[in-house]
Amino acid sequence: MNLDYFAELLGPAWLPVWTLAKIVAIVAPLLLGVAYLTYAERRIIGYMQVRLGCNRVGPWGLLQPIADGLKLMFKEIIIPSGASKGLYLLAPVLAMAPALAAWAVIPFTDTLVLADVDAGLLLVMAITSMGVYGVVLAGWASNSKYAFLGSMRSAAQIVSYEIAMGFALVGVLMSAQSLNLSDIVQAQSGGIHQWYWLPLFPLFLVYLIAGVAELNRAPFDVAEGESEIVAGFHVDYSGMAFAMFFLAEYANMILVATLTSTMFLGGWLSPIPGLPDGFFWLALKVSFILFLFLWFRATFPRYRYDQIMRLGWKVFIPVTLVWLLVVAAMLQTPWAYLFH
Amino acid sequence: MEFTSLVFYIFSAILLLASLRVITAKNPVHAALSLVLAFFTAGCLWMLLEAEFLAITLVLVYIGAVMVLFLFVVMMLDINIEEMRRGFWENLPLAALVAILMMVEMATVLGGSRFGLTPPAPKPADYSNTRELGLQLYTDYVYPFELAAVILLVAMVAAIALTLRRRPGRKWVDPAEQIKVKRNDRLRLVSMAPQKPAAPKAAEEEEA
Repeated sequence: MNLDYFAELLGPAWLPVWTLAKIVAIVAPLLLGVAYLTYAERRIIGYMQVRLGCNRVGPWGLLQPIADGLKLMFKEIIIPSGASKGLYLLAPVLAMAPALAAWAVIPFTDTLVLADVDAGLLLVMAITSMGVYGVVLAGWASNSKYAFLGSMRSAAQIVSYEIAMGFALVGVLMSAQSLNLSDIVQAQSGGIHQWYWLPLFPLFLVYLIAGVAELNRAPFDVAEGESEIVAGFHVDYSGMAFAMFFLAEYANMILVATLTSTMFLGGWLSPIPGLPDGFFWLALKVSFILFLFLWFRATFPRYRYDQIMRLGWKVFIPVTLVWLLVVAAMLQTPWAYLFH
Repeated sequence: MEFTSLVFYIFSAILLLASLRVITAKNPVHAALSLVLAFFTAGCLWMLLEAEFLAITLVLVYIGAVMVLFLFVVMMLDINIEEMRRGFWENLPLAALVAILMMVEMATVLGGSRFGLTPPAPKPADYSNTRELGLQLYTDYVYPFELAAVILLVAMVAAIALTLRRRPGRKWVDPAEQIKVKRNDRLRLVSMAPQKPAAPKAAEEEEA
């Protein structure tokens, strides 16, 4: 199949069509990944809690996510009579869109990236920071106390942790001297000891934990808090509207895992210099971090709300600030190569 | 018409409509959301002008942080927008004066030829706006930049100091004390000889 033939055939319409094809090539596997992440979560947490998890639909329960999807698609979307209708329906879309849009600048290998923009890191931060609107609007538009409490908690939590997350990324950008995600990965080449998790270890930890908090996942899941406020911001949602929040959460999980792998674990690079680099390594690293997320959920009890705020403001922000100073100072010394 | 002009007009139309909704929406939450849309569209326009750093910062700072807090407050307050509208006609003359002044100022600035301004030539695709801005800010303009940062810090400290209340009666536990607790502080293990549950049986018989 010759691409040039199609390019001539479509003329000026070629670029949009080709870009659209590339977007589909990213989003379709991503949604499949989301579906099977829910399966993996149920199975893994099941085994951690000495039960089986879903094993009924298909071999080893592998068709369970598809059955769930079909069920949710055919359910009615109930709109509460007191809800602000337009915003109520807009909220799931606003939750989902940023989770997908941020993938535009993520490099999968050294050549495989949709948009290789210079300010990629900033763009990712800007887009992911808009994800909170879905949660906040869902809570407000539902016109319910539980949902509203959930969205208030989520807004405060996300704004607090975004600062620590941003500072952690400043460390990466100081070391790599670039905002381009491909360049950041290239700067980490040379084996596992060159990846930024080692020189930027405190920032790596802060980013990973703040990432869990940004995702509203256990142990920071006060926005949902099943045992306190039923299901938090999406308590009034049903059917596909509810499923959208679910999809957004899992797509965001994969996104944060990918960003962590790209910025601290060397992206598509292999851990040992002799081995070939490739998408395979990125997939492995992302799977490992996703496994950590599931492990956290099965292990830790939920944080108390004031403890979440204390951790974000009084622990993470000072830690990142101190380590930024260390990195800045070290870059001026003969040992600067350790931090590049 | 060029494609970029078309895009520009579409974004401008959205921006104007969104700004109009900010001041005409009945519900303050809808107004705040329109403002979010206006910021986002302004970011898109800046992107069109090759100012990608400013565009992304606008989205990151204003949409990602400021407007979230703004919405947070607006949602919690019970604002009666009709009551606030009551003073509209009284304030109109002053507002109109300010509006006209602003329009005149903008027209002066936008008439660039008066200042000998010509539109800059488009930069090549690999030109990094972010890097240039960073270099300027941290070399040529480092003192003004640091000064601005200090002023912002002072404002922040002042705002916190103004609203800080000391409440003597509140309950508070030092987290360091909390995590220092050992099992023996809370729990006592007693070793007991096994006993036959004789007493409950007697109680059951009494009930019967």
